[in-house]
Amino acid sequence: MEHLERLESESIYIIREAYRKYKKIAMLWSIGKDSTVLLHLARKAFYGHCPIPLVHIDTTFKIPEMITYRDKIAQEWGLKLVVGKNEEALRDGMNPERGRLDCCTALKTEGLQQIMAKHEFQGLLMGIRRDEEGSRGKERYFSPRNKDFEWNFKEQPPELWNQFQTEFPAGTHVRVHPLLHWTELNVWQYILHENIPVIDLYFSKNGKRYRSLGCAPCTAPITSEAKNVEEIIEELKNTRETERSGRAQDQVDAYAMQKLRVRGYM
Amino acid sequence: MSRIQETLKIVIVGHVDHGKSTLIGRLLADTASVPQDRISAVQRRCTEQGKEMEYAFLLDALEEEQSQGITIDTTRIQFHSEKRDYVIIDAPGHKEFLKNMISGASDADAAFLLIDAQEGVREQTRRHASILKLLGVRQVHVVINKMDLLDYDQESFDQIVTDCQAALANAGLVARSYIPIAAKFGENIVHRSSNLTWYAGLTIIDTMDALTIEHSSHDAPVRLPVQDVYKFDHRRIIAGRLESGTLKAGDEIVCWPQGTRTRIKTLESWNLSEPPIELVQGLSVGVTLEDPVFLERGTLITNSDAPPLVGTHLTANVYWLGRNPLVMDRRYTIKITTQETSCEVKTIHRVYDSGDLSVISVEGGVPANFVGEVTLEAKQPLAFDPFAGVPETGRFVLMDGYEVCGGGIITGLAGEQSTDDHQEKEKSPAGAAKPLVLRKKLKRSIVVNQ
Ligand SMILES: Nc1nc2c(ncn2[C@@H]2O[C@H](COP(=O)(O)OP(=O)(O)O)[C@@H](O)[C@H]2O)c(=O)[nH]1
Ligand SMILES: [Mg+2]
Repeated sequence: MEHLERLESESIYIIREAYRKYKKIAMLWSIGKDSTVLLHLARKAFYGHCPIPLVHIDTTFKIPEMITYRDKIAQEWGLKLVVGKNEEALRDGMNPERGRLDCCTALKTEGLQQIMAKHEFQGLLMGIRRDEEGSRGKERYFSPRNKDFEWNFKEQPPELWNQFQTEFPAGTHVRVHPLLHWTELNVWQYILHENIPVIDLYFSKNGKRYRSLGCAPCTAPITSEAKNVEEIIEELKNTRETERSGRAQDQVDAYAMQKLRVRGYM
Repeated sequence: MSRIQETLKIVIVGHVDHGKSTLIGRLLADTASVPQDRISAVQRRCTEQGKEMEYAFLLDALEEEQSQGITIDTTRIQFHSEKRDYVIIDAPGHKEFLKNMISGASDADAAFLLIDAQEGVREQTRRHASILKLLGVRQVHVVINKMDLLDYDQESFDQIVTDCQAALANAGLVARSYIPIAAKFGENIVHRSSNLTWYAGLTIIDTMDALTIEHSSHDAPVRLPVQDVYKFDHRRIIAGRLESGTLKAGDEIVCWPQGTRTRIKTLESWNLSEPPIELVQGLSVGVTLEDPVFLERGTLITNSDAPPLVGTHLTANVYWLGRNPLVMDRRYTIKITTQETSCEVKTIHRVYDSGDLSVISVEGGVPANFVGEVTLEAKQPLAFDPFAGVPETGRFVLMDGYEVCGGGIITGLAGEQSTDDHQEKEKSPAGAAKPLVLRKKLKRSIVVNQ
């Protein structure tokens, strides 16, 4: 079995497990490459169908092309799309200048919290990967969050032999991470192999491209000449910069991402 | 060197502080597998805290891990040598975090057991060795670290090797090699050490490159546990992961525990230029069947020549992790692949400490980090194999309430009248599972369709 096939198979198994275990389940779609690969894997797991609704948390600071791309794909693929916004925080004028971590918590974490509560989702599929940054490296495939959305990383359930703890006391929701074992390079190799359409912000224009997508004020493009998927793969094989180096919230302090994630961030 | 198109999973285990995280950090840095900005960030943080460079911080990313200098949870890191890709799993060495260690080690192709040259074999060294044995990790190499603290002395190394061989033999393991290193200084990891010239064996990286994945053979018994049944359109697709063997359209199959026979009609796929001709082990698959037979999540599909064992009673070795001991007269849930049912412990035959292997009385049940040889009675009949025959369908977890509290490997089917006659069945490979045993079991509780 080829390496990509093995990765794909493991992910499909987890997606099917989650779909079987949770009546109310959603998939987080950030429009980025990882969650788009996740969406593709779900369609593969269910033979062209996507029986799981997608949730997009709109901070209103997203790069405008992302919204256009989102609506186009949702229509073409016949997806059920739920858009969440923390209206109250936005009315209060929340923005990155009030502090990046506070802004992420209000617009992303709390925005997600609101939509989860409204739809009573028990499970949430997300495209995070262990190689993205340190605290994600410690994640489980099925990762419980208590009612306050907190992640108890010191007491995580054991996962052995593809047996996952899927049931938890009431009030818990479960983050399911089918791409946990993929790397950034794997994701691009798979996009190439499966011919998955990704948003063109990833491709170089005027010597710059986005390597990781987020909100416009906190995401900087990198210097790159990679104009298509093949060239991105070549570039990644030779880079020694981390993927999230263009994401401002990670650089706030050494443990910024862990702090955000303990409070329920993706 | 030609590259191998396979990713090998290697777990690094051993007693706390013996240098596991340092070894991996060094491996990443010395093969340029980790981004330079991550190394510089660690360097900066160590300088800020007035410490020497700690390569372990490349993995111990949680704040608590760095401030206490210990690994709390497993990390998996992908890296590559010139020869192939690896997933390296850093397992915590503390006793409290053994269940995290098991999460890390359960699917490893090979293990490196680290021993601090000055400290020698310690409690967790022994526990980890017996867990590796239980998990069925066969390729084990022992790494003697911190040779700098013994002035790189060969005699001291030989002494540790002798001690370690004895400890491993107790756990039923034989190491494939013993490698002297100094992880902190990167000696014998990627680069050969000039202080250890008496050592003629391979470095860590060369040892890794020499490993092979031990594949099961092409004619292994077919085992497809049903994960779900989909009816999104006109097709009724049976979905699951092919745990063992291969499948083609037209193959005759049997659905257990009912014993219903039918054939594979189609192999389903989506977004492939050509539909698959054959499904192989490890793939998440979907098939349709010739007849509308009843099946559901938990049904085990097999080929007709190699039936599984079917019954409510099984004998097993259980590694227990629960806060409360594993006891008789309490209901647990057993999960074997996608089968799930309530069960209880019928008999506890023997209980021993996974650390020093000392046997204790069976009266108090099986405490955490002890191994119990037990007979389990499931509420519903289960279809399974001896672990020695088909590992994927020969292992299970036990849940106490919501929590996964133990992992076990099946030694055989237990007769109700005698719990001791499993010895003989244990030896028979799954492929030769006696239909005789099956018929005996099936007559009692199960309707056989044909
Ligand atoms: N002298 C010496 N110290 C080492 C060596 N390797 C690791 N250490 C130190 O041993 C301590 C424990 O290492 P760590 O990797 O955290 O151990 P772990 O608990 O097994 O992961 C750290 O302070 C390391 O710097 C070595 O080769 N020589
Ligand atoms: Mg460690």
